[in-house]
Amino acid sequence: MGSSATALDATARKAEFPLLATPRPDGRPLHYLDSAATSQKPQVVLDAMDAYYRETNANVHRGVYEMAAEATNRFEAGRTAAARLVNHPRDGLVLTKNATEAINLVAWAWGTRTLGAGDEILITGMEHHSNTVPWQIVATITGATVVFAPITPGGEVDMDALRGLMTERTRMVGMVHTSNVLGTINPVEEIVAMAHAAGALTLVDATQSVPHMPVDAAAIDSDFLVFTGHKMCGPTGIGCLAGRPEVLEAMEPFLGGGEMISDVTTEGSTWAEIPLKFEAGTPPIAEAVGLAAAVEYLEGIGLDRIRSHEREMCVQMLAALDEVPGLTVLGPRDPDRRGAAFSWVMDDLHPHDIAQFLDSRGICVRAGHHCAKPLMRTLGTQSTTRASAYLYTTDDDVLALRDALVECRSWFGVG
Amino acid sequence: MGGLDDLYQQLILDHYRNRRGRGRIEHASSSVHEHNPMCGDECFLDILVVDDRIAEIRSDGDGCSISQAAASMLTEVVQGKRLDEALDTVEHFRLMMHGETEPDEDLLGDAIALEGVAKYPVRVKCALLSWLALRDAIAGYRETTAHGG
Repeated sequence: MGSSATALDATARKAEFPLLATPRPDGRPLHYLDSAATSQKPQVVLDAMDAYYRETNANVHRGVYEMAAEATNRFEAGRTAAARLVNHPRDGLVLTKNATEAINLVAWAWGTRTLGAGDEILITGMEHHSNTVPWQIVATITGATVVFAPITPGGEVDMDALRGLMTERTRMVGMVHTSNVLGTINPVEEIVAMAHAAGALTLVDATQSVPHMPVDAAAIDSDFLVFTGHKMCGPTGIGCLAGRPEVLEAMEPFLGGGEMISDVTTEGSTWAEIPLKFEAGTPPIAEAVGLAAAVEYLEGIGLDRIRSHEREMCVQMLAALDEVPGLTVLGPRDPDRRGAAFSWVMDDLHPHDIAQFLDSRGICVRAGHHCAKPLMRTLGTQSTTRASAYLYTTDDDVLALRDALVECRSWFGVG
Repeated sequence: MGGLDDLYQQLILDHYRNRRGRGRIEHASSSVHEHNPMCGDECFLDILVVDDRIAEIRSDGDGCSISQAAASMLTEVVQGKRLDEALDTVEHFRLMMHGETEPDEDLLGDAIALEGVAKYPVRVKCALLSWLALRDAIAGYRETTAHGG
């Protein structure tokens, strides 16, 4: 286990990621600043997945032969690791394709069967489309309404307004833990407690927080909390729904098929116990193996230590971006209230052009609306450029970004 | 660095900094409003049709250098063309963007400088935004006139 007493050595960490450690074929440097989109994968994750396929590939929860039992063990170890990481009971940890599917699972299995006309789904104005669109679809089906809580000019949830919007009609309150656009860390424990007091269920989108800081699902006490493997050093194709077991037990299934049943007759079917009730079909087995390796890797470094490093990166990133003429950083400036994803707008320069120029200098960033168009409208912009740091981000990456942004202005002839 | 220069040829930067055909047409024969789902950029395009020709074309909206330059070039290239010719030009440009044709400079004019964009799938949408808007504008015009407009 890591300790926050000593800093993580980001340069040494970088060496543990083959993609980051290998020189590019064209000789360009690589400054990967898009971990909010997806993280790179350490060697231990690649090895674990490779070993699974080479040593014990078999379907899970079926075969009685030893290799199948071993496959099941390694798959279930992924669930155990993910549950342990967020301090959640493992029978309440449903493995999905990604966080988006986890939210859709709740929207469909809970929402369509529970909500009706007059009911309200309350979400913040800084949600990712993944925590917006499923609710809009469910609202269309059920006659419920999606209500958006406003955000402040400083890029935080307007808590007074949020409180005012919670009424007896509110059935679900959805909130992002850390914003993928603004970096804002929302006070989810407080919002969850407010929602429960109003009689609503809660869903926390922890996609951008679980990879970067200690997240205690028991302390947050949300009915649902979702995150995804590929942003936390794990593979794509696996996500997690940490649901309150008694709520999951009361819900009907989402997808039907193999594995999720107890019995099937020509008259009908009964369901498996949770969490398998929500895992129809062959699950992402190698991905669960990779997820377990990723969790062990993060635990080995220590989530508190990763958070300390990223807090330091926040300080450096803000200082660096402040040096670029015509650049405005969005979201909170207090490093204690934000994660290490930074969006900005620049006078007279479009995010696509900025990102394209940065690419020529070996810097990978994201340009666009970041799947948060309602938030973009609130911010009064179409799109932003975003750089996001992780445990392998170094001072050198931040300084390269600063220098390239300054150079970008003169290259496009905007001073 | 070669990649960046290939993409952003001087002609593109020139059209970006000195955009041609910008604005709106008050009594347009057809107007469309399109947006790029990748970045939210908007494009307004107006045409004035006289005797089956594009007598005037203007576009407005904000966007990246590629989308702005592409719109600027479009207004120069199709100005005065018959509607069918304009549609052929748009189709030729679209095929170039998808790497499916040898670009014809006589047909495309300055827009041939955008050939390098084809290598960047996300940017292809930027370049095509205004051009496909013209296709829609012509279709809209024909629909209106076919219904006795």
